[in-house]
Amino acid sequence: MSSFRCFVLCGNMAGLELLSDQGYRLDGRKASELRKVQARMGVFAQADGSAYLEQGNTKALAVVYGPHEMRGSRSRTLHDRAVINCQYSMATFSMSERKRRPHGDRKSTEMSLHLKQTFEAAVMTQLYPRSQIDIYVKILQSDGGNYSVCVNAATLAVIDAGIPMLDYVCASTVGFVDETPLADLCYAEESGGVSSLALALLPRGGQIALLQMDARLHQDNLEALMDAAMTACKGVSKVLDQVVRQHLQEASLATGD
Amino acid sequence: MKETPLSNCERDFLLKAIQEKKRLDGRQTYDYRKLKIMFGTDFGCCFVELGKTRVMAQVSCELVAPKENRPNEGIMFFNIELSPMASPAFEQGRQSELSVKLNRQLERCLRNSKCIDLESLCVVSGEKVWQIRVDVHMLNHDGNLMDAASITAIASLCHFRRPDVGIQGDEVTVYSPDERDPIPLSIYHMPISVSFAFFQQGTYLLVDPCEREERVMDGLLMIAMNKHREICSIQSSGGIMLLKEQVMRCSKIASVKVSEITKLIMKALENDKTARKAGGKCGFAESMPQERITALKKDETAVEMTDVTERANDIVLNAEVPPQTSQSLLVPLPGMGQVGKDLQNSWGIEEYYQDEEEAFNSDEDKQTMMEVGEKQKVHDVVEISDSEEDEVVILQPEATDRAHKKTSSSSHLKEPAKSKKRHRK
Repeated sequence: MSSFRCFVLCGNMAGLELLSDQGYRLDGRKASELRKVQARMGVFAQADGSAYLEQGNTKALAVVYGPHEMRGSRSRTLHDRAVINCQYSMATFSMSERKRRPHGDRKSTEMSLHLKQTFEAAVMTQLYPRSQIDIYVKILQSDGGNYSVCVNAATLAVIDAGIPMLDYVCASTVGFVDETPLADLCYAEESGGVSSLALALLPRGGQIALLQMDARLHQDNLEALMDAAMTACKGVSKVLDQVVRQHLQEASLATGD
Repeated sequence: MKETPLSNCERDFLLKAIQEKKRLDGRQTYDYRKLKIMFGTDFGCCFVELGKTRVMAQVSCELVAPKENRPNEGIMFFNIELSPMASPAFEQGRQSELSVKLNRQLERCLRNSKCIDLESLCVVSGEKVWQIRVDVHMLNHDGNLMDAASITAIASLCHFRRPDVGIQGDEVTVYSPDERDPIPLSIYHMPISVSFAFFQQGTYLLVDPCEREERVMDGLLMIAMNKHREICSIQSSGGIMLLKEQVMRCSKIASVKVSEITKLIMKALENDKTARKAGGKCGFAESMPQERITALKKDETAVEMTDVTERANDIVLNAEVPPQTSQSLLVPLPGMGQVGKDLQNSWGIEEYYQDEEEAFNSDEDKQTMMEVGEKQKVHDVVEISDSEEDEVVILQPEATDRAHKKTSSSSHLKEPAKSKKRHRK
């Protein structure tokens, strides 16, 4: 519902209060609260691993094929590890205005590169030399935090495919408004000219797989913003962990173990 | 064309040098290469040389219809061309990953940070606005294309002058530069990107990597800031894992570097302004140095010459006495001969026969002569060798008896006879 509200208020960003005096945001959350996360693993039978993740109103679908033999150009095989191939696309109906080019434009290519970079750091590719792992992510509904939701969905899909990873890869987008960091931005907050930071984290070691920030932020506020992002990521990792365990329980019940 | 792969020994050498905090060109870990900023004859044309990396940018403007959801804002368009002249790895026309990455980074650095007042580019709201187009071309790739591109782009935007417009009712007249002076763009701040290269899983970091260092790096962190210490963009690339402390440290280093570079850009703009006012020659042709031989020449480095004589005298007085060097480079190993002026003749052949030696040009003779020398040196040592080379060519009568006593294998008596014959000549 808030996505429709965002469309209506789009034209008048100046008067929008992203953080009220009582500390409530547009959708009633507190500054460090995350949106509701709902996820399902193993949604497709054909793929090696698949997952569907909703974070608030942003919905993403991730599918993993692999590890399999190198397809396409054989020259790109790496002799000691697997190549990770990512494709990010947005459904044409995902935003309030119909998206004419779902993939192939610069932003989608950049997102695909970022996803590839994130998973190259986390997946143990040394175990599968000369092979390829494909990760396809599609955004079905976009309401802010596209990159983070993609990464979270893809993590679940990779776990569903049984590919070993160093740790869960959790991502979240945080913004800075009125000296307060806001965790898990929605579309209205992102487009309101707020400085947003997207962070992909491996929670156990505190290692950052990807760091991306746009818009102006004073250097002194960087640390506070990064801390907020890391806390948000750790929160997401707890939820993902619960989802994985629940899925395993259901699967073991189904097979009668 | 595929890039020539980096050899393993080069890679190991670079990594080892970085571990010892040494860089190929002698810089410190946080040093930038020499930065030169030059402007062309047209407004908005800028050349930047960062070490050997050369980038050129040109800004142009056009009146167009604005975007529907932003009717009173101008449009900024950035384009980075990786020209094939920059590196054999760049192909014409193909949008490679690097090209997408650089383009997006420059867009985010300059557009999202709102460094230019777009509303001032509006002429008629909803109908006509200025579209500013920045074209950046890479002319030579020697590492750190992102930093060079960002410096070039912002410097050319600061240098650019757009034509003046007059609005009378519904009519819009664009005045040419002769009629009215062109107006500069209103720039709020100058975002400049600083790149950090990480090696050995983040243990070592370098600022401003050159091309070789870029090939062996694990990952890159790009921080764009302006001189007011506001971070405009951060982007980590490559499969590295960063820690929060590393990012904080990099941002501190970046703020120092950015203020230095901003000062340099302002100075270059000032120089260009004074040169144009004075009516002097300016532009790319003037800024290229005169070089007779078309090869890269090293710039002259200044040497302190004021107290050279005193320093030299001090050094000479305080210097240690050099160790006694032996006259000859005699290496008394079996099987080694020496050839050369003033060196001891160790062939074991008396100088009497030296003229004869020069007459012998065949390899066989030389080989046998070597063996003679060998034999002479190891007088007392019984030679136990299973070499299948022919033994002994003795040119001296005394040596013949000794050799006969030593050798177990057959000896060529032909050779000594030949030489003896020549000797009797």
